[in-house]
Amino acid sequence: MDLAFMRDTFVSLLAGVPLTLNLALTSLALGAIVAMLLALMRMSGLAVLDAIARSYVFVFRGTPLLVQIFLIYYGLGQFRPTLQEWGLWGFLREPYWCAVLALTLNTAAYASEIIRGGLQAVPHAQVEAAQACGMSGFLLFRRIVFPIAVRQALPAYGNEIILMVKATSLASIITLMEVTGIAYKLISQTFRAVEIFIVAGAIYLILNFLVTRAIYVLEWWLTPHLRHAPAIEPPIEAVHV
Amino acid sequence: VNGNATVQQLSYFELVGFGPNGWGASLLWAAGMTLAVALCGFLVGAVLGTGVAWAKLSRSLVARSLADGYTTILRGVPDLLVIYLFYFGGSAALGAIGSLFGAEGFIGVPAFATGALAIGVVSGAYQAEVFRGAYQALSRGELEAARSVGMHRWLMFRRIVAPQVLRYAIPGLGNVWQLVLKESALISVTGLVELLRQSHIAAGSTRRPFDFYLTAAALYLVITWVSTVLFQKAEAHSMRGVRRAA
Repeated sequence: MDLAFMRDTFVSLLAGVPLTLNLALTSLALGAIVAMLLALMRMSGLAVLDAIARSYVFVFRGTPLLVQIFLIYYGLGQFRPTLQEWGLWGFLREPYWCAVLALTLNTAAYASEIIRGGLQAVPHAQVEAAQACGMSGFLLFRRIVFPIAVRQALPAYGNEIILMVKATSLASIITLMEVTGIAYKLISQTFRAVEIFIVAGAIYLILNFLVTRAIYVLEWWLTPHLRHAPAIEPPIEAVHV
Repeated sequence: VNGNATVQQLSYFELVGFGPNGWGASLLWAAGMTLAVALCGFLVGAVLGTGVAWAKLSRSLVARSLADGYTTILRGVPDLLVIYLFYFGGSAALGAIGSLFGAEGFIGVPAFATGALAIGVVSGAYQAEVFRGAYQALSRGELEAARSVGMHRWLMFRRIVAPQVLRYAIPGLGNVWQLVLKESALISVTGLVELLRQSHIAAGSTRRPFDFYLTAAALYLVITWVSTVLFQKAEAHSMRGVRRAA
């Protein structure tokens, strides 16, 4: 182990962390919106919407992410004239937007099932109670259903965030220089795969560790009813009687 | 083979079919390669996973910490990095061994073995958790009963533990198998001609990337769908003697 080399590698790889986080956060945020729509389609009770959302999830969960990335990055080039006409080529020519699009569509499929599980786990009695208080529609969703669903879905969604942080590494295959992209460049220059793997792996482990901690904190904050009541100090006089 | 102008005019079904200009046979062969490398990786992972699960359940603190470290690292690091480690690390190691015998330069490692090993090491971490969970679902009473009729550890493992752990592990193993199938697409970066690599080659030579990646996606979908059905059947078969609550 060459510690000086590993320190230099660490500094080089840190330069890729902003792009890794950027890809993960952008696609998670966009994916959450699509996922919400998909989950609402699944629960709409309309057979057509349900079937569309169901097939979407089936297709995106049943094929490798790398195939989806290639389909968008290389595949859409086949329709370049049409895309230029529609003014979309400016986006789809950029590897960054292709990666974001593929990651967004992919995470939306997984997250929609998580959100659906969360929404379905909302106790019906809570909804009835809210209705009895006169809430309905969006107000009921915003005040009662959504907060409870988020609470239920949070642990599973935390896993999805970690999977997404790992999945951003595939963007390196379409030339984006995030952490894995830089690691690949360094490995092919120096052939010191083990040392570079240790450093790059450590960076991902740290990122994922921070994600799990953040999820724990968020879960703690969202579940005040599950915390122990603060211990009440006995009055000093009583102890010394 | 005709020039590009004519390839552009081929219909989709001529392109991916089995005719003179069709890539059907190569794509199916490559899909077989995907299945083969995924299956080998899954089996390597099953062996590793069993060992690691055993270490996690053991009383030894050292074994438990090593096993915990293994599952934490391999599940927290991108699979692509692990593949690069095995691909480049393997060549570096072979090169070092080769130079002892006077060989020089870069020695490529066999892509299939690298891929199967990398997938195996990653899926082993996931399978370890599946096996550990399944073992903990065993009824303690049955293990005590086996001991009380005088079974030794190995006999008890073979007759009581293994069959039931496998039964409880089937749903979890199904999930890991799906992960492994999709992960096998990453092996294409090492040059192994599996489904994605073959589609890449075909897309490059015909300039019809969308058609080929869509076909690849469809073939992956067929494989994952058939796997889902098979695992459901296996689960139903293994649970046929189990009475369920309600």
